[in-house]
Amino acid sequence: MANQGTLVVALTQRGRLLPSTYELLTCGRAIADAAKEPLAAVVLGAKASQFAPDLIARGAEKVFVVEHPALENFNDELHAKAVGGVVAKEGLARVLVPGSVAGKSLAARLSVALKAGLAADASQVHLNSSGLKAERGQYSGNIVSEVEFRSPVQIATVSPMAYPRAEAQAGRTGQTVAVPFEPGPARIEFVSYQPEESSEVDLTAAERIVSGGRGLGTAEGFKLIREFAQSIGAAVGASRAVVDSGWIAYRHQVGLTGKSVRPKLYVACGISGQIQHLAGMSSSGTIVAINTDAACPMMEIASISVVGDLNELIPLIVAEIKKRKGAPAAA
Amino acid sequence: MPLNIIVCVKNTPTTNNVGVDSATGKVKSAGLTYAMNPFDEYAVEEAVRLKERVPGSTATALSAGPESSEGVVRDAIARGCDGAAFVSAADLDVNNPFATSYALAQAIKKLNEQKPVNVVLFGKNSSDGNSGVVGAEVAAWLDWPGIISVKKIDSIDEKSATVWRMMEDGTDVIKTSLPACLSTVKEINEPRLPSLKGKMAAKKAAVPKWTLADLGIKPEDLSGALSAAVVARSSPPPSRPAGVRVEGASAAEKARKLVDLLIERKLI
Repeated sequence: MANQGTLVVALTQRGRLLPSTYELLTCGRAIADAAKEPLAAVVLGAKASQFAPDLIARGAEKVFVVEHPALENFNDELHAKAVGGVVAKEGLARVLVPGSVAGKSLAARLSVALKAGLAADASQVHLNSSGLKAERGQYSGNIVSEVEFRSPVQIATVSPMAYPRAEAQAGRTGQTVAVPFEPGPARIEFVSYQPEESSEVDLTAAERIVSGGRGLGTAEGFKLIREFAQSIGAAVGASRAVVDSGWIAYRHQVGLTGKSVRPKLYVACGISGQIQHLAGMSSSGTIVAINTDAACPMMEIASISVVGDLNELIPLIVAEIKKRKGAPAAA
Repeated sequence: MPLNIIVCVKNTPTTNNVGVDSATGKVKSAGLTYAMNPFDEYAVEEAVRLKERVPGSTATALSAGPESSEGVVRDAIARGCDGAAFVSAADLDVNNPFATSYALAQAIKKLNEQKPVNVVLFGKNSSDGNSGVVGAEVAAWLDWPGIISVKKIDSIDEKSATVWRMMEDGTDVIKTSLPACLSTVKEINEPRLPSLKGKMAAKKAAVPKWTLADLGIKPEDLSGALSAAVVARSSPPPSRPAGVRVEGASAAEKARKLVDLLIERKLI
């Protein structure tokens, strides 16, 4: 019998479910509905079973739980073995994997193990009459390519924020299946984890980002960006120019050599919009540009643009937001 | 003990600003110039640094692609590698990671038979295909451990390495047995420019060349099992809808109108 069914891979990191799992459930739900098949999920971790009810409430009809201490931290071989085992045993056709570091590493290993086609960093995955299709950017997003599959098992890693997060719905029911797992000898040993020192929002998972560029004038000016971001519960981004100038740490850099982001709202303050920066954020939902130069590329692509001086405008905007919205929104 | 280091590199267009032929749905390649994928420069630099760290080690560059891309492995020699090998494969779709990783893995097997390999390094991703999975797939084909997003090789000997993996929320420290495949990120180092001595060596180097047939890869593998996922067609990204400009007599009016719009569109 031909492989059938869609599987969402729910990865845990530091004992928590990756938030992008909910995005995969939205994507997977639409594919499962189009195929008129149930949606399955597999959750992996040291304490994975606790997440099964949440996955069911958000749209999975069957949840495979692979719970083992060896799966607490990501290990490409062990995670691929666990997911590959479920896919092979259940004869599943489509596998959706988070577009995170762990997800990508896992999907690559799985692809070879199952001789399955892989579309990496897909911005859209859907099923039509001729099969599964994945859209992904190439040349830093300058072209969009449609990937089609020719293998019985088909894998896509889905870019963070490409889909809205599936909401929990009361009354949904599903089946939970515990999957036995024998890790075997490991060639990779987890030593330790060093958390990011700041508690700032992860840029790639942020719904709102306020970014600053050269137009701020000085490193001091970056304070305005933090205040603006805080007022709307946004993460702080930056252009390469200001990171290179040492105004802010590299982990805030958006663009080709920094992070790729696609928040619902991206506010570019004093960023002219060099192609390398645009490559990292032009898929954002709404782009707001604030700049003195009315004709720069960022102002051209912006959904909403404001011509003006940042040092004058941002404090006024923040004051207006506080007046209208009250206390800062949660991130 | 000295290390036998392999570093995989790709020849990529020097610009990302490419067009698409709307009739064929293929990238317009006429007039493009090529050079080493910028992310691979970090992998090459790391190979050379490892060589400097562990006396007696050798670094060999490896690439697969059309005959015209052989220069990319010579560039790696100019940047400090001792030698290179090249898979001359006009029929290989270098933007199909599944097929490319298989060809590279077969070539690494050959090199491993000549002299056991300890570590294979890769860049984060290619600047054209952007997949970032070739390193992890090569590891899988070889059945070796694979670690991506490596920002530091902390310690290494011929049997094992301790590396730092950059995650979304911090850093994982991992110990892996060797041989293994490590895909680097740009935080790992600052690449040096090719030296004059290196450029001379690159010119003179005898680079062994293999065809796909030499690696046991048949044309029907390329069109069959290795084409498990293929690009059907490409197009320019959808253009963004025209934007609105917030006008106002004063900065305060502009600020107010902007906040109005953001609230109206439920963005804040």
